[in-house]
Amino acid sequence: MTKNTESWGSRVGLVLAMAGNAVGFGNFLRFPVQAVQNGGGAFIIPYLVSFLLMGIPLLFIEWSSGRFGGKFGHHSTPFILQSMDKRWIWKYVGVFGIFSNIAIAAYYCYIESWTMSYIIHSLIGSFDGLSQHAVANFFTDYLDISTSTTGIPYEALVFFVLCIALNTWILSKGLSGGIEKVAKIGVPLLIVFGIFLAIKGVTLKAGINGAIHDGTKGLNFLWTPDFTSLANPKVWLAAAGQIFFTLSVGMGSIQCYASFLKKRDDVALNAMSAGWMNEFVEVVLGSAVIIPIAIGYLGIDKVVELTNVGGLGLGFRTMPFLFEQWGPVLSAVAGSAFFGLLFFAGITSSLAMGTPGMGFMMDEFKWSRKQSALAFGLVVMILGLPTIFFFNEGVFDEYDYWAGTVSLVVFALLEAILFSWVFGLDKGWKEITAGADIKVPLVYRFIIKYITPVALILVFTGALIRPANDDWTRVSLRGWTLHNESILGQLQHKGAGPNNQWFSKSFYAEAPGIVDSVYSIPGDKFFFRTSAMDNSGKVNTRIYQYTPVKHQLVVEKGDIVTTGQVVYIGKVINRVFFMDMARMLLLTVFLLISLLVFIAWRNRTKERRNGI
Amino acid sequence: MNTPAFVMMITVELVITFLTVWFFYKVLTIKPKPEPDSFSENDDDPR
Repeated sequence: MTKNTESWGSRVGLVLAMAGNAVGFGNFLRFPVQAVQNGGGAFIIPYLVSFLLMGIPLLFIEWSSGRFGGKFGHHSTPFILQSMDKRWIWKYVGVFGIFSNIAIAAYYCYIESWTMSYIIHSLIGSFDGLSQHAVANFFTDYLDISTSTTGIPYEALVFFVLCIALNTWILSKGLSGGIEKVAKIGVPLLIVFGIFLAIKGVTLKAGINGAIHDGTKGLNFLWTPDFTSLANPKVWLAAAGQIFFTLSVGMGSIQCYASFLKKRDDVALNAMSAGWMNEFVEVVLGSAVIIPIAIGYLGIDKVVELTNVGGLGLGFRTMPFLFEQWGPVLSAVAGSAFFGLLFFAGITSSLAMGTPGMGFMMDEFKWSRKQSALAFGLVVMILGLPTIFFFNEGVFDEYDYWAGTVSLVVFALLEAILFSWVFGLDKGWKEITAGADIKVPLVYRFIIKYITPVALILVFTGALIRPANDDWTRVSLRGWTLHNESILGQLQHKGAGPNNQWFSKSFYAEAPGIVDSVYSIPGDKFFFRTSAMDNSGKVNTRIYQYTPVKHQLVVEKGDIVTTGQVVYIGKVINRVFFMDMARMLLLTVFLLISLLVFIAWRNRTKERRNGI
Repeated sequence: MNTPAFVMMITVELVITFLTVWFFYKVLTIKPKPEPDSFSENDDDPR
């Protein structure tokens, strides 16, 4: 048996740690953006339906299977799943539950480090007096690791390493001495910060401090129901997807936390409490911060445009400028509260990502907690470095897509099938209800067995074959055009356009347009821009960077370019190279963890302790 | 705010807030299980 004898300090600590695991950047940055892009108030209906039919069942499944595996001394998914069915395949399915945590932590800690840095920048007044454009550029400069915004060389890298070091140190203190203490401070604090910002957002008044609309205009926009969107599969898939990300299901961290529970202790009430706490932070607080403030200052059209590039851009490129409108003192308070709540949301999640890998090494290789924490920190740092150095080449997005999106859906689907159909729902139901402090509605037997797996199959299939423009009417046996972000589309590099080779001697225009400017910015960075008007009258621009010492520009201002036309000549390493390298790196990590699981299994066999 | 948006927001937020508070209240107030339980802070508590 394992020598891992950690335990939770208190039940409240466990629930707050689980809630902290679930509450993350997505609650404040992703949810409002998804809601805006998917019908405003009507989005909440599929979202809540997904929570009831997929989120809660998965919480029950993960909490109870974690506690079940913990009875046999397992604290990570490979052997938790193996304890539920002896077939060899399950321990390799369980590899997802270590892999996704490590890979997500690698880029998640990078975002977390941005929040640390932005708290400091808010307090020292780095954004004071900057225009909106300058605040947006500040973020671009921050991501360019060679540019320093505080005087610290390689600032983004320094904060990333500091962030990893902090996570590692807390993880080395253990469950009750580290993670639980952070959750008990972090979760209440982020709720307090969230309430403060939500009150500021909702009470925003047009004409005061530069606001052009009341805060309620943003709420109107977010909550006005558009019931026609309910018939759109895209909205349902987006809602189901959001439930995944927000609850941290399909990751293996919930099973790990729950594996430290004894068999007589409750999982049903704990799961519901942590799950609904996450919903409170996401729906009640998350909807009342960014959108009301951003729409109050920028108007609906501008915010919709900004949401098209995701929540991160809105949070880091725009919010500091908006807080500046409240004056130097309040902007420092609001900025540090906003990035502080993001930091606490982030760190309580990244700590949860550390525990499955650590639990595995402690259980199977008898590593100490400190050794395991150090190894986690080191692996995450090494794996995270490509996301920093090649952020603009799409490595960050590759990690997010394959480890932070696809892996979660695949793992959740397989664990739901294991729990309901292989382990068997009769046994599963006993696990969910054993020691329960609430009566779990019987309807969940039916939901867990039939509805949840089917919903997960639909979500996975939807992601796999998503059609272009999310036009599901085009899907037929004769074929259809795939969405660039569908799994099959991603595998085929559908979004790469004409620059779809790793290396090339020319770079090709990715969209038609007129070259309207050729310019450089300090730091010897050279660009040219093309612009074109689409059918709706909207001007689409595209900016290309080139390096004069390596590339010879063959277009000039005023030229009309077509897609696929050569725009500069010289040695080019295209984005697809970095994307494929990122994929290979992730695959290598997955295979290495699989190898460790194999070695662990062989050791168990040798020691005759695999009689689970 | 327009009425449908207001009704939607208040209904959803009240339901979520109520359930969050109710479940957390139960966590705080339900009598702990007899030892040995999963939690170390109450190990010295008389039961």
